Amino acid sequence: MAMTADHIKLLIEQGLPGAQIEIKDLAGDGDHYAASIIWDGFRELPRVRQHQLVYDALDGRMGRELHALALTTTTPES
Amino acid sequence: MNNNPAFEGIQKTIDNNDVVLFMKGNPDTPQCGFSSTVVNILRHLQIPFGSADVLADPELRDGIKSFSNWPTIPQLYVKGEFVGGCDIVTEMYQSGELKDLFAEKGVASA
Repeated sequence: MAMTADHIKLLIEQGLPGAQIEIKDLAGDGDHYAASIIWDGFRELPRVRQHQLVYDALDGRMGRELHALALTTTTPES
Repeated sequence: MNNNPAFEGIQKTIDNNDVVLFMKGNPDTPQCGFSSTVVNILRHLQIPFGSADVLADPELRDGIKSFSNWPTIPQLYVKGEFVGGCDIVTEMYQSGELKDLFAEKGVASA
């Protein structure tokens, strides 16, 4: 079972309200995506914590339906 | 601490190695591109490290994911602290942050 880009985006939007999200399909197999996420909630957080928040938003799908998600997480320019 | 049977062994592995990589396969024969990327980075920085093959131990493979609250393998630990997976280690390596982290934590290269 794979995931669609829209579904990934929807889950992250729900988990990180107000985030700006861009999803790129890396392999066309529904399993390998890149996501760049700009969200104020990342401010002051170490990168690993930022990524954990994204994985929490995906609610356990990361590493299961979704094999690879290259993450770029940043905060909005203030 | 959760009573996951694998946690005790994981904690011991982390305590016994300044730098340890939970990976698929072992450093000489990695079984996954992401794992071999991190092995190559550590070797390029000449950082001695321990490793644990999650493919050889299914309990470890799931246990480490809940232990670190991180869903994928590989996972790098430095001085007991979870640093990240392949993406983060690669990003930190490219920005020089990884080298600084080892210096800051007093991990000498070979």
